[in-house]
Amino acid sequence: MENQFFIDSEYLSKEALEKKHRLETDPSSRKDHMEYLPDMEVIDSDVMEKVMTAMEEYDYSKYTAVDVRRALQHETCSIEDFKALLSPAAEPFLEMMAQKARRETSKHFGNTVYLFTPLYIANYCENYCVYCGFNCYNHIHRMKLTREQIEHEMKVIADSGMEEILILTGESKSQSDVNYIGEAVKLARKYFRMVGLEVYPMNTKDYAYLHACGADYVTVFQETYDTVKYETLHLMGHKRVWPYRFNAQERALRGGMRGVAFSALLGLSDFRKDALATALHVYYLQRKYPQAEMSLSCPRLRPIINNDKINPLDVGEKQLCQIICAYRLFLPFAGITVSSRESAQFRNGIVKIAATKVSAGVSTGIGDHESKYTGKDDGVTKGDEQFEIEDGRSFCKMYEDMSEEGLQPVLNDYIYV
Amino acid sequence: MLENDKLVIGGHTFDSRFILGSGKYSMKLIDAAVKDAGAQIITLAVRRANTKDQENILDYIPKNVTLLPNTSGARDAEEAVRIARLARELGCGDFVKVEIMRDSKYLLPDNQETIKATQILAKEGFVVLPYMFPDLNAARDMVNAGAAAVMPLASPIGSNKGLATKDFIQILVDEIDLPIIVDAGIGRPSQACEAMEMGAAAIMANTALATAGDLPLMAKAFKQAIEAGRYAYLSGLGRVLTRGASASDPLTGFLH
Repeated sequence: MENQFFIDSEYLSKEALEKKHRLETDPSSRKDHMEYLPDMEVIDSDVMEKVMTAMEEYDYSKYTAVDVRRALQHETCSIEDFKALLSPAAEPFLEMMAQKARRETSKHFGNTVYLFTPLYIANYCENYCVYCGFNCYNHIHRMKLTREQIEHEMKVIADSGMEEILILTGESKSQSDVNYIGEAVKLARKYFRMVGLEVYPMNTKDYAYLHACGADYVTVFQETYDTVKYETLHLMGHKRVWPYRFNAQERALRGGMRGVAFSALLGLSDFRKDALATALHVYYLQRKYPQAEMSLSCPRLRPIINNDKINPLDVGEKQLCQIICAYRLFLPFAGITVSSRESAQFRNGIVKIAATKVSAGVSTGIGDHESKYTGKDDGVTKGDEQFEIEDGRSFCKMYEDMSEEGLQPVLNDYIYV
Repeated sequence: MLENDKLVIGGHTFDSRFILGSGKYSMKLIDAAVKDAGAQIITLAVRRANTKDQENILDYIPKNVTLLPNTSGARDAEEAVRIARLARELGCGDFVKVEIMRDSKYLLPDNQETIKATQILAKEGFVVLPYMFPDLNAARDMVNAGAAAVMPLASPIGSNKGLATKDFIQILVDEIDLPIIVDAGIGRPSQACEAMEMGAAAIMANTALATAGDLPLMAKAFKQAIEAGRYAYLSGLGRVLTRGASASDPLTGFLH
C-alpha cells in the first residue's frame, strides 16, 4: 500500500495546476535531484559513499534469531549487530532490546529527560514535497512573523519556563533569508539558553554567521536516504537536491555549530534501510568530528492540512520502538528525540527506555503560541500548521508527567561559549 | 572517619572522602543522597543550572555542602576558563572541576587542554581539580600548573566498569603529592573500596547512584565502602602474595 499524496487545490491557477500535474506525472519535467544548483557549496567528504554503500548492501532478510541473540550478548554493538537488531528477526526480541537499551541510556544519561519546544516563525516554502503541509501547492494560510511578533512568541514561551528553543521556518530563501533567521536567533538568545535551528540547508559561511548570532545546534532531516524514492517525493525546489541536503550537518559543524541532528521521516520508504542509513550518517560523522554532539529524531509520517489520509504505513509503534532501541544500542552516546507526532502514552513509555528528549507545548503553526498557551486571541489570523501533532501536552503537564515517570526533567544542558 | 584523618584540598579540610555527583537523578533526592553519603562536596554542571523559576538545582543542595562546579561542555581550555568564571559569578565559590572533552562518544578528557586551563584558573585563585586520563607526565604538569588535587578516571564515564586503569592510578597515588580523587566509572561500592585501599584520597560517583534502585541506600553503601577502604589503607594492608604460598621455613634459614 502507498500513501496518496497528490491533492489539487481549487485555488490554483490553470497554469499552476498544469505544472503541478506535469511534475507529478512526467519525471522528465523534473530537475536532476543529484545535481547541485549553482549557489550550493560542494565539500569534499567520503561520508556519503560509506553510508550509501552500507545501505545498498543491507539485506535485512538474511538475519536470523541467532544473529540477534549474538548482537544482544555483545557489550558493544557493531554495525553488523545493528543490522541484525533492525531486521524483522529482532521483532520477537523487542523486550530484551528494550531492557538492554534502558541500561545503556541510564549509563549515559542517568535518570533524566530533556525538554524543548519548537517555534515556527514562517511557513512560506518554495519546494513541492508531496507529503508536507507547507508545500508550495498546498492551499494554506501563509505567514511570516515580524521581529516584534517573534519576540512576543518567545516571551510567551519563555514565561512557561522553557530554556531551549528550536527555531523553524518553511524552506523559502526569499521569504526567510539568512539575515531574517539570524535576527530571530539573536532575539532567542535573550530568552533562552539553547537555540537550535531547523531550517533549509545552507552553506558553511551561513552556518558560521548563524552560530555567531547565537545558534548552536542544527537539525536537518534527510527524509529518506533512498534517492530514487526521494526523487518522486520532492518534485521541485532546492530541497530536491539530495546530496546537498546530505552534507548539511557536515557544513554546519564546519561552520562552528556544537551539534547536529539527523533523521529520516519514517514511512516514506523502506524504514529499515532508512534507519540504518540515518544511524550510519551519525556514526561516520562522529568519527570524523569527534567533538560534535549528535542526536537523532525518529518522526513518522503524519496527516497534513488538506490530506488527512497520510499515515506511516508499515511503521507501527512496535517497529518504531524497535528502531529506537536499535539506535540506542548502536549509538549509546547520542541523544534521541521523540516529537509530539507520537502519542503521550508512547512518549511516556519510550523515555524510560531510550529517548532522551521530548518536545512540549508544541505548535507547528505560525504565531499562535499565545492563544494556545493562554487562550488569549488577538484576532489576527495565524499561519497554518505543517502537520497534525498527536501529543498536545503543555510544558507544565509534560514536566509533571515526566517527574511522575521517575525522571528528572532537564531544561538546559548547554552553555553557549 | 578517624578523628585526625582529614581530606585537605587547596587548604580546605573535609571529613568525608565521598564526592557526590548531582546531574543524573532527581533533584528531590539530592538532600537524602548528601545525608546518607555523608558527603561534604557535591559537583554541579554549570550548564545545567536553570535561569528561570523552574526547579533550580542550587536550591536543592544543602547550604553546608561545598559546591564543586564542573566545566562540562567545554571543548578546549578557553571554553573551560569561561565556564569556570561564570560559575564563580553565579556564586558557586572558588572550587572548580575542570572537564574538557573533545570526544562526544566516550567523553574522555583532553589532558593537554586541561593542563592549560588549570594553569590559568589556578592563577586566578580557583581551587582547581582537573579531571584527567591517568597519565603520570600529565599529572605532574597539572601539579606544576597549580592543581589542588587530580581526578583520574577509573574507566569511561557512566560505564560502571570500575578500576580499568588501576595500575596507572596506583602510579599517580605513589608519585603525586596531591590528593588523588578517583572519578568516573566506579560502579559499585566494592570498586570504591578497592580504590581507597590503594591510597586514593577520595571517590567521586554519580551514575552508580543515579542508576541504583534505592539511591539513598546506595549512597550509604558507598559511604561505608569508602570508609572501609580508607581504614584498610591506613592500617597498612597485609601483603598479598601473587603466586605460591609463603614458606614457613625460609630457604635462607641456614644463614646465621
